[in-house]
Amino acid sequence: MSATSFGWLVLAFPLAGLLVIALAWRVLPGRSAGWIGSAAILGSFLSSIAALIDLQDHAENNRQLVDSAWTYASTADFNVDLAILVDPLSVFMCLVVSGVSFLIHVYSVAYMGGDRGYARFFAYLNYFVFSMLLLVLAANFVLLIVGWAFVGAASYLLISFWYRRGTATYAGIKAFVMNVIGDVGLVIAAFLLLRETGQLDYLGVFEAAQDEFSRNDGTLVAACLLILVGAFAKSAQLPLHTWLPDAMEGPTPVSALIHAATMVTAGVYLIARCFPLFELAPTAADVSAIIGTLTLLMAASIALVVTDLKRVIAYSTMSQIGYMVLGVSVGAYGAGLFHLMTHAFFKALLFMGAGSVIGAMAGIQDMDRMGGFKRAMPFTFVTFAIGALALAAFPLTAGFFSKDEVLAFTINRGGGFWVLAIVGYLAAAATAFYAFRMVFRVFYGEAVPEANELEGGHVAHGEPVNPMTGESEDTDVGFPGPEHHIAERSLPMKVAMAPLAVLALVAGVVAVPGVTDTLETFLDPTFESSRYHDTAPTEGSELIGLGIGGLISLTAIGAAFVVYLRRRGLTLELRDRFARVHGFLAHKWYFDELYDAVFVRPMATLGTFGRRVIETDFVQGFIVGGTTGIVRAGTSFARAIQTGFLRAYALLLLFGVAALVLYFLIAS
Amino acid sequence: MDVVWFLVLSAFIFVIGAAGVLTRRNPLVVLLCLELMLNAGNLALIAFSRMHGDGDGQIFALIVMVIAACEVVIGLGIIVAMYRRRLPIDVDEMSELRG
Repeated sequence: MSATSFGWLVLAFPLAGLLVIALAWRVLPGRSAGWIGSAAILGSFLSSIAALIDLQDHAENNRQLVDSAWTYASTADFNVDLAILVDPLSVFMCLVVSGVSFLIHVYSVAYMGGDRGYARFFAYLNYFVFSMLLLVLAANFVLLIVGWAFVGAASYLLISFWYRRGTATYAGIKAFVMNVIGDVGLVIAAFLLLRETGQLDYLGVFEAAQDEFSRNDGTLVAACLLILVGAFAKSAQLPLHTWLPDAMEGPTPVSALIHAATMVTAGVYLIARCFPLFELAPTAADVSAIIGTLTLLMAASIALVVTDLKRVIAYSTMSQIGYMVLGVSVGAYGAGLFHLMTHAFFKALLFMGAGSVIGAMAGIQDMDRMGGFKRAMPFTFVTFAIGALALAAFPLTAGFFSKDEVLAFTINRGGGFWVLAIVGYLAAAATAFYAFRMVFRVFYGEAVPEANELEGGHVAHGEPVNPMTGESEDTDVGFPGPEHHIAERSLPMKVAMAPLAVLALVAGVVAVPGVTDTLETFLDPTFESSRYHDTAPTEGSELIGLGIGGLISLTAIGAAFVVYLRRRGLTLELRDRFARVHGFLAHKWYFDELYDAVFVRPMATLGTFGRRVIETDFVQGFIVGGTTGIVRAGTSFARAIQTGFLRAYALLLLFGVAALVLYFLIAS
Repeated sequence: MDVVWFLVLSAFIFVIGAAGVLTRRNPLVVLLCLELMLNAGNLALIAFSRMHGDGDGQIFALIVMVIAACEVVIGLGIIVAMYRRRLPIDVDEMSELRG
């Protein structure tokens, strides 16, 4: 079998899993739906490995294989095929997506065990992974858009998985609307590219673009910016990011899936995939780099003050995606994708740890209520701390190498990129600080009653409440189930977290400056035509970057240690001293309020105006009321004649006949 | 005899019938007056028939009689129904058709 056959298999497994679970969920006993779903993704992962091995057998200049299943649409001078592109980039993405998703599936088998929507959950998960793999493997913009929209739909289904929880359905709608904005951008971009180059296949478009467009051609810049709209909506970058923190309404494994493997990395992938276009339109690439930098700074600053455990991790995702976007926008494709991979490992791990803690807290997500879980949850503590170390770019962890490689590339571009790199280092300090803010607040300090209870051997069982609004809830279908699961007590969760913890520690070995460059070499066939291919920073400067990054990370972790463990009152003092800054950050830079004022409120006013004035006065009053009024006025005369008196009718009849007779008499 | 006399008589009877229909409120009398009007028409038809010396008018008159019989049957039926339901026997009270 060739690499492309394995590519098709990668898609077939989750689709089959989805169909089996969706059609047979009634007869699937116990947790079998979860195992079927996990097995499907495992099949996908193994197929990806097979595709990788097969691809490595090809000659280096022959590693972009396109295979078409059938022609999707055929017109006079161009065809759209249902085709997949198997090249190092897509295989790399498939490996990360299916590998991490598999572990998340295994984790969910236990974590979602008590939920009434168990089979539905795994059908959705498989659908989500299938959509993402379709997006990654697509060989043309049409199939990309199909996968793109599928991912949006799947995220909607999963974010509002607990569909009887009002806040969850709102969050799902928000995510979907934001994503559709991106879809529209992407579709228009595809139209522009089709108009200019006459085709939609990636390879064809990229080749034609080299001849068709001059550097910074206006149309190409527009198309690239529209692609960015799509990428930013999926990857939750400014200004389309507000859905991501709200997406925390979904079950914790969904958060892990969205943040680590499937959804938010799509934008990074797209920018990396379209690198020939962005290199021809450096203006668009610069815009992308600047927005990535702004996002990473903004998200990191918000993560410093948010108290909801899952939302802190959500903002950290946004921030880390900012690094990836910055990386792939400045030409550091290998570095950006390297960070994508390491981030997938440690972010999935962090979410799994957070899920375990939330399980121990019986559904409560507020860090203000947590503390002292270190002794009660040793496994969760160790794995979560490893995830936090990697996120904080602690020296020699995976995140350390990837993040600093992105920043080293950025510095290497020189000029204004210096500023972006400095902002990146600044946010890196904030990242390390908030990562250990989570660790110190959740696992250290005074033990909360739930932690003591757990040490006594009993998992807390609170009343089921909505963690956002505090409303009490049912545990029926459409709400979170009654059971809570922690990693200490459940083998599948441990099995899922352990490999991720190992990877979060050691995944950096694939690209240690001056020692290994496995990932770079592997991705090289995709990116060798890049303008920045030979402008990688020297080993020396990378090592200096690593030194600075490590120093920043250690300092920030130390600061967090002082603030949250040594001088406990300091945070409150700081909050009161800088109340306005804190308020600004706690309100997430007022983005929700801004959108509310700029888009929602005017639309609502317009809607109210339409309902009150147009509908009531114009349609009902004028159009409907006007016609009925005319008819009514016209018939009032006819009604007046219909007196109901028999003799009056007779008289009229007589007059009528008399008139006729008179007429004929006079006429003759 | 000149046809005019017949027509004058016919007109008189017709007007008497019409006046009865318009002024009386008892449906029985109204029906009787309608018969007068119809028969006035019949008289005119027969007179013209004789004037022209052919039988067409007589055939018309026969058909009018048949129609009159039908009409009387229906009219009397309505009156009997009204009587059975103890409705007032008065055409002015029957004003259900008012628009």
